[in-house]
Amino acid sequence: MKRLDALKAVYPRLEDSVVVTIMGAVAAELQSIGHRPNFFYLQHAMGLASSMGLGIALTRPDKRVVVFDGDGSVLMNLGGLTTLARYRPRNLVHVVFDNESLLSVGGFPTATSTGSDLAKIAAAAGVPRTATARALDEFTSVFEEATAANDLTTIVAKVEATGPSKFVTDLALLENRFEFQRYLTRATPRE
Amino acid sequence: MSPVSTAGSRLIYDALKASDVRLMSALPETWLVHLVRMAEEDPDMILVRLAKEEEGVGISAGAHLAGVKSAMLMQNHGFLASINGIVSCAQLYRIPLLMLISFRGEFGERDPWQTEGGGVTEDLLRALRIPFSYLDHPDHVARRIGKAQTLAYSASKPVALLLCRDLMWEEAAS
Repeated sequence: MKRLDALKAVYPRLEDSVVVTIMGAVAAELQSIGHRPNFFYLQHAMGLASSMGLGIALTRPDKRVVVFDGDGSVLMNLGGLTTLARYRPRNLVHVVFDNESLLSVGGFPTATSTGSDLAKIAAAAGVPRTATARALDEFTSVFEEATAANDLTTIVAKVEATGPSKFVTDLALLENRFEFQRYLTRATPRE
Repeated sequence: MSPVSTAGSRLIYDALKASDVRLMSALPETWLVHLVRMAEEDPDMILVRLAKEEEGVGISAGAHLAGVKSAMLMQNHGFLASINGIVSCAQLYRIPLLMLISFRGEFGERDPWQTEGGGVTEDLLRALRIPFSYLDHPDHVARRIGKAQTLAYSASKPVALLLCRDLMWEEAAS
């Protein structure tokens, strides 16, 4: 499965969700499909995309939050999985694109290439719903199930270690940040 | 009984509430026990207990973009552990971040293991150009917290308040 195809497959479902991605290939590929004001790309601070998603999910329970994470990023913040599980935001879908490598910095293999299983780690941390998807139709169906389930879900999507040729796009970091904030604060706040 | 000051903690908590803080992330340490308990008992406060302090930067950034004011409670060693998040999330993206940092390892510290971190805390804050002040006397707690929050928002960047022994610890000096 290619990450770009996986993103394309669920893209229509992202229209009314609040989306946080990690840096690098994930951010560039989602933008190549089409940027929306409800998408935020955390272009550094590896590991914190899921924490940002948690902060949004807890303060905006009226919104579905989708985090597109990566194996390298999750490995930098494994403790964050225990925090996610502890507060169990039912409106959060946590997708981990696992290409078993640090693609953006030269493709060096991560620990998932030698057997560390992020779905099992998430389950053991207490995340109530976890799944591993290896094929595109499988990914699409577990994503659909996760959005319908109304419970915290971590989906590990095993993807090929391929990505775009460049990662810098014409969307400035601060432009993205302020547009995203405006989107979130214009939408109906919780009671 | 714990020598951690309940009165000092109450002043800080009330000032945070007055600054409209609705989410608090914390990694408990001795000086913060009352503050964490107050947040826990407050039905209007979202308390997020962390595994590591850096997560709190991401959580506060998310809360801010969603329109909710927050504060991070941590020890200065937690601040040391959060620096990449502070720089490459909060500063890079201009996130107002109110950090309350217990200033362990200053004059009066008895725990040898706190002393090295205490010695570098202020220099690191300066190196990161994070505006900071001290909470070391009950008289100025409310004002300084209010002003710190005001600057965090007008500058759209992290600010810090160092929680000092004179405010947080009631054990008689020896």
